[in-house]
Amino acid sequence: MKPWLRDIVTAVIGIIVFTVLLGLVYPLAITGISQVAFPGDANGQQIHLDGKLVGSKLIGQNFATPVLEKNGKPKEVKGAVVTEADPRYFQTRPSATEGGADNAAASTFSNHGPNSVKTKEADEENIKAYLELNKNPASKGEYDPGLTVAKIPVDAVNSSASGLDPEISKANAWIQAYRVAAVRKLSLATVDGLVAKYTSGRGLGFSGEEGVNVLELNLALDRLSEGKS
Amino acid sequence: MTFAGWLTIVLFAVILTALGFPLGSYMAKVYTGKRVILSPIFAGPERFLYGILRVDHERGQDWKQYAKSLLIFSLAGWLLLYVILRTQDAFFVPHALNPLGYHSAPWNVTFNIASSFMTNTNWQFYSGETTMTYLSQMIGLTVQNWLSAGVGIVVAVALVRGIIGRSGKSIGNFWQDIVRTILYVLAPLSVFVAIVLASQGVIANLSTYMTVHTITGLTQSIAMGPVASQHSIMLLGTNGGGFFNTNSAHPFENPSQFTNFFEMLSVLIIPAGLVFMYGRMTGNRRQGFAIYATMMVMFLGAVIVAYVAEAHGSPAQHAAGLNTHVISGSTGGNMEGKEQRFGIAGSALFDVVTTVTSCGAVNSAIESFTGIGGAVPFANLSASEVIFGGVGTGLYSILLYVLLAVFIGGLMVGRTPEWLGKKLEAREIKLAGLGILITPLAALFCTALATASSAGRKSISEVALSKAGTNTPQGFSETFYAYLSQANNNGSAFAGYTGFIQPNAGSLGSHGITFADVLGGFDMMFARYAPILFALAVAGALAGKRVTPAGLGTMRTDNPTFVVLLIGVIVLVGALTFFPALLLGPIVQGLTGHLY
Repeated sequence: MKPWLRDIVTAVIGIIVFTVLLGLVYPLAITGISQVAFPGDANGQQIHLDGKLVGSKLIGQNFATPVLEKNGKPKEVKGAVVTEADPRYFQTRPSATEGGADNAAASTFSNHGPNSVKTKEADEENIKAYLELNKNPASKGEYDPGLTVAKIPVDAVNSSASGLDPEISKANAWIQAYRVAAVRKLSLATVDGLVAKYTSGRGLGFSGEEGVNVLELNLALDRLSEGKS
Repeated sequence: MTFAGWLTIVLFAVILTALGFPLGSYMAKVYTGKRVILSPIFAGPERFLYGILRVDHERGQDWKQYAKSLLIFSLAGWLLLYVILRTQDAFFVPHALNPLGYHSAPWNVTFNIASSFMTNTNWQFYSGETTMTYLSQMIGLTVQNWLSAGVGIVVAVALVRGIIGRSGKSIGNFWQDIVRTILYVLAPLSVFVAIVLASQGVIANLSTYMTVHTITGLTQSIAMGPVASQHSIMLLGTNGGGFFNTNSAHPFENPSQFTNFFEMLSVLIIPAGLVFMYGRMTGNRRQGFAIYATMMVMFLGAVIVAYVAEAHGSPAQHAAGLNTHVISGSTGGNMEGKEQRFGIAGSALFDVVTTVTSCGAVNSAIESFTGIGGAVPFANLSASEVIFGGVGTGLYSILLYVLLAVFIGGLMVGRTPEWLGKKLEAREIKLAGLGILITPLAALFCTALATASSAGRKSISEVALSKAGTNTPQGFSETFYAYLSQANNNGSAFAGYTGFIQPNAGSLGSHGITFADVLGGFDMMFARYAPILFALAVAGALAGKRVTPAGLGTMRTDNPTFVVLLIGVIVLVGALTFFPALLLGPIVQGLTGHLY
């Protein structure tokens, strides 16, 4: 056989053999081992409530309720349900996914540039919404008495990378704790205690930043409120 | 900036060095045919594979034969991948393997994807969870993650063999090298990393997308898949193609503070190990240390600039009235397009790790980095991926720079340049020069074409255009970065730049932007295989040279003076080639508070 022909034969056999080994045997083996050894992690750390799947610990959610039209149907804009943040729950970070916030079937970046007018406008809008949400509609004052624009932590305004960030900063949680405590008629200390409980530490003690898992925190709040009523 | 942030950076450098060194010794043994600790496990499968492939693995190849085998093997991979991706929804694919009924992406996008994964670039115009079936991810993309990484490594090994070769023309056997790379280097590391990641929350399943009913009455659909196996090899092989659209920012690819650190180590471990391997194989470990020092100095410089810039915040944030200082419970900084768990330091470090290497995975949106912070990945790419670089590509690229530095040093002291006992002559210098300049040439040529034509400007994202509709520095940065990243086989992106319009998940009614797809595809292939051929040709030219003992006047290549010279040469070549273009994009944004 001529050398180049030999190379072609080897290349064709090689690509088939490696496709079977690395494309079928390897991923199926890893998936199989993971399913047996770490079923919770391998399946996305699902959280069930009363037998119903209510979320993944790792995937951020939009804790909002659908805005209803006058006829009682959910309002939609471009196929996405329009929602309104639910003040009883801690809110996750702004998300730029299409088809509504925190769309975990199509993660995406906002791609806002650092010197863009659109970035500034998006930030201003998010600041306004954050202040609005944390304002007591009855007294017209902030739930958190010290809250000003300069006190808002950046993570509450800037959109996350994945659009699915499950965590918020502690500073963000502390501000929202005033609102949640007031709306749920809980003491601030109780809510802050829960915030501390669901704060993840740094990896190996130094890597990354502490973050508060919003879904777990909200579920804990519901459990607490149920127990009380 | 915080103490923990700086500590992360320092500890990363230390741990990386501690892990890379033994891996280098191990790889040196693998590629010189010595017994290693894994030989009892893999010697059998290795012989078995040679049998099926029908190769005489002990027969040495000269550089041309080596290159021929490499090219034919790559081409076969490209063809199979293209066919797999285009037949996602063909009649012979059972429904169980395509439960979501995804259609194939159009030909132009698929051309770009196949070229991208074959060349270790993993540039992605598509979004994983809305385009690929699990089967395509596994038998198509995962396989090329392994093979393209293997091809990069074997070229570096072949070049090192040429450098140290004492006689004859052989630079090794391609088939033996690729089999050994996969079995002895990539497989054990990849299995280990995949299992660790899966234990930390990186998903590994074949379930359909799960539907969640949230406690506030909304529904959420969550994409699933066999992520851990693909994610580990994409990190180790410095591939960088995410299973999901947002890559390593997606919580299912990078779930925690710990995994972020672990993943960064996985990216750099093999490129670092290869440098130490080079030292071992030349018989003088200090040769490896000198190159490692060069890389580490430039790496840390990049990290410091990126961290400081991102911690400072962006003009848009400041104009909106945000406070970007560190406050109690928040680290401040530019958190646009960054995840809370990684923070500023974890994002800046990850960004540098994946842009000095040809990995290109991202855990934050590079497009949203500040002007100066965004100039860092530009600078890393402008240095042609020699700061650690991709697996193999980093080592063979920096060795070409070493050749150039030795030549320039020789001119300065007025002696015939010598490297490791071999006299360097016109042929090697010409080949190395071409190998170095071909990537910048491809990047600048494509950028010029894309910015100057209306077809190219179609790919610029909405958010990068100003209200007046004119192009902005951000639009230029997007375009420039796209072709620079593809030429360097990096694959990270100013992700607003697009070549694929996909209104629905599953590609129904989608179309590609032919100009960007095809230009990008050729950009990647040309800038991948031309330097490989030049590197192998250098190996061939050096392999036959006689070794003369070093004399008194021989310039040493293993001391700090040489490190400084080498850094100077790399910076000089990069700056002379790219500085004007960099000024127009990221630097102008970094220097002004003006909003566009």
